[in-house]
Amino acid sequence: MSDTITPTTAPLPAQEQLETLVADILAEARAQGATSAEAAVSFGSALSVTVRLGEVETLEHHRQRGLAVTIYFGQSRGSASTADWRPEAIRASVQSACAIARHTAADPCAGLADPDRLARAIPDLDLYHPWPLTAEEAIELARECEAAALGLDPRIRNSEGGSVASHAGVMVYGNSHGFCGGYSTTRHSLSCSVIAQDESGMQSNHWYTVARNGNDLETPVVVGQKAARRALRRLGSRRLETRQVPVLFAPELARGLIGHFVAAIRGGALYRKASFLLDRLDTPVFPAFVTIRERPHWPRAMASAPFDSEGVATADRDLVSGGVLRGYVLDSYSARRLGMETTGNAGGTHNLIVEPGPLGREALLRQLDTGLWVTELLGHGVNPVTGDYSRGASGFWVEQGEVRFPVHEITIAGNLDAMFKSIVAVGNDVDARGGIRCGSLLVERMTVAGE
Amino acid sequence: MATDTLALARQQLLTPAGLGEDDLHRALACVLGHAVDGGDLYFQLRRAESWALEDGQVKNASHAIQQGVGVRAVSGEKTGFAYSDEIVLPALLEAATAARAIACHGGDGQLQVWRSAQRPILYEPLDPLETLSAEAKVQLLERLDAEARRQDPRVTQVMVSLAATQDTILVAGSDGALAGDVRPLVRLNVTVIVEQGSRREQGNAGGGGRVAYGWFLDEDRALGYAREAVREALVNLDAVPAPAGTMTVVLGPGWPGILLHEAIGHGLEGDFNRKGTSAFSGRLGERVASPLCTVVDDGTLAHRRGSLNVDDEGTPTQCTTLIERGVLKGYLQDKLNARLMKVAPTGNGRRESYAHLPLPRMTNTYLLPGEHEPAEIIASVERGLYAVNFGGGQVDITSGKFVFSASEAYLIENGRVTRPVKGATLIGNGPDVLTKVSMVGNDLQLDAGVGTCGKEGQSVPVGVGQPTLKVEALTVGGTQA
Repeated sequence: MSDTITPTTAPLPAQEQLETLVADILAEARAQGATSAEAAVSFGSALSVTVRLGEVETLEHHRQRGLAVTIYFGQSRGSASTADWRPEAIRASVQSACAIARHTAADPCAGLADPDRLARAIPDLDLYHPWPLTAEEAIELARECEAAALGLDPRIRNSEGGSVASHAGVMVYGNSHGFCGGYSTTRHSLSCSVIAQDESGMQSNHWYTVARNGNDLETPVVVGQKAARRALRRLGSRRLETRQVPVLFAPELARGLIGHFVAAIRGGALYRKASFLLDRLDTPVFPAFVTIRERPHWPRAMASAPFDSEGVATADRDLVSGGVLRGYVLDSYSARRLGMETTGNAGGTHNLIVEPGPLGREALLRQLDTGLWVTELLGHGVNPVTGDYSRGASGFWVEQGEVRFPVHEITIAGNLDAMFKSIVAVGNDVDARGGIRCGSLLVERMTVAGE
Repeated sequence: MATDTLALARQQLLTPAGLGEDDLHRALACVLGHAVDGGDLYFQLRRAESWALEDGQVKNASHAIQQGVGVRAVSGEKTGFAYSDEIVLPALLEAATAARAIACHGGDGQLQVWRSAQRPILYEPLDPLETLSAEAKVQLLERLDAEARRQDPRVTQVMVSLAATQDTILVAGSDGALAGDVRPLVRLNVTVIVEQGSRREQGNAGGGGRVAYGWFLDEDRALGYAREAVREALVNLDAVPAPAGTMTVVLGPGWPGILLHEAIGHGLEGDFNRKGTSAFSGRLGERVASPLCTVVDDGTLAHRRGSLNVDDEGTPTQCTTLIERGVLKGYLQDKLNARLMKVAPTGNGRRESYAHLPLPRMTNTYLLPGEHEPAEIIASVERGLYAVNFGGGQVDITSGKFVFSASEAYLIENGRVTRPVKGATLIGNGPDVLTKVSMVGNDLQLDAGVGTCGKEGQSVPVGVGQPTLKVEALTVGGTQA
């Protein structure tokens, strides 16, 4: 059947076509009386397949366009977006944005990024590696991944499937300061989720790998086996009695703790005074051995970007060194609100690296001695204003550095400010899959609630 | 009242593209031409706006239009899916060709004759964006800012957001389903920060539904949100650390019904049960709750946020009994899982947009009232937690473990509500928790229209509700061990 031989993703339009659209939008904004304007146009295409119990479950073709415009009448602004690229849609979107800007209050901090901060050169960060994979090949990879999980142990009784997804996209941003830049990216992933079962009940778990280049992914067998082992080790989970103990966060959760730190030093949270880390610049937030760097230009990295979503050049910097908070996470607007300069973080941070310590997981478990090793968290119990932290957890009970038994249906609670200060060790077992790279984090003491 | 929503949807979605019913047949025939059991087309046009106030001024607002058509081909347990963000015939046929690539064997789907059920509608097919002038929207937000600040001098920040969407959908299935719907939805939210000495707390309140903006002005609803947000924030200024451990928990009426959504609802969605991955799989007819508990999912409540005239597969919504006097009675089904489990769909096939596949999802999930006065329930507790407001929750379908996080809670000591405690996450086991319900209040309330449920990366609006409930043992994740 010829039409089953589909390429992974539909071809991307040329970047020049998007640049022309951005120019058209800015021209339309000028024609409708805007004093300044900015626009972003994007195109994304993806293929995703899921195989469950050896059979194809879903085969999805994605193809998404986007167009967003913000216009300014002096210091008043309005925004509009659409997926429609036709000239009449551009005109209508600019009209909608203008209609809004006639009613919004003038804001002295509003406006485009300062011209001298816009990226002059756009370095090639090696982010675009299309994967020449047919749907059949994607299905085969997903099948191989799931089969590796199902075949590992007879207690792997059920599956939520093995999946392969491949995405390619191009985006262009431009503004009326004359900036226009864009780049293309790819993102490929392989994941597996299976269910282990014995007389104690069912436990589900998963694993995934993600990369800009398909060759950098973990193999399907590795992903499947990791998913299976993660589900198997959860069997026979028990509860714990309520107590206070040291807690070791697995790397994939440690990333989340650093994410809460980033959210608390974001400009929007700071100028609204909705953060537990107000007025903490140049003071210790972590112990002296903690360093957190931002490296936006790492080739092929998942959160690399030559410029932020306002066109501001991204640059290397240290967010934390010697445990001291050295900078905030700001865009132009929040920077002006705080009387500061943008840090090139409109749209988020770009590769945060928590400097790894000397110890791996086994050594950290020995350092933990007796306490909780958390491998899963449930829920969103984080108060960004107070830093109060209370989440559902599962993991393992550890005594004298040895894993004794899996635990679940417990919570861990503390306050993020205190937790950050009481980090005892950062592991070298870095999880490099996301925009925050961090090893395990050992926290001196938290409250575990259970029986 | 029987407004012809199908005609309205046709006029919005098909007429501008010059598409007629013969084109829908042609696209579906293209899907079915390839040994596929069935398929459907889902056309959508969504208009949305949001207005935001901070520092006493509306300084930011946006408008968005999203449209497209999703094409699904189903063969046994397999689903092929493609979509286009252009509603034109060539793109529709291209998507149909891509979607049908799933089928390699089996299946001999036949196109059925269109049939569309007309029934009373649950909400007017209005465009909420146009129900208030821009000036009036700005004024409303400014009034709420002033009302919040007027409550207490400790209020330092007020953030208000006002949002509306109009979703027009048309679904055409090879099984003959042909349905249209015009779905308005509005939402208003007030967040305040209060400060006292070096302590800072926030409070949140809001609501919404499938109504015009004017609904917020009725009965002082909007002003009520401003007052409520300040009240909650001030309560939290006095909150002491929450207790840790397993104890009796009394849940207030309304939004605490998120308990049912997480602990029960998700685990009863048809996909998990068809696959045998839910902690509730294979347990129909078994006792999973105390006899005091009857839980339903009802998509037919007028004007509610979680309600739909028809689901996103064209099936009329209904009231489905999930648990009746403690016994598990039913699952929530879309067409695919209903067919594979050989039961009828329940009108719970929902999708975030044309670019997403339908899944079995909840609508408005709530527990029916019992006999006790709320005061009686609190008086019966020697030592425990009284939790009246919550943030979000989450569940592990397979193990059944669920959490939901309190944002306003109090200690109960000797039958009386005493000190407020800081927010804490509550954790339990879905198939057990309702077996520990020992008292059910007579004060059923539905939430104010604030819920959004996420599943497999898709967000849909939902509702929850319950009367005051006493759960004999639930684990409270505070810091005071």
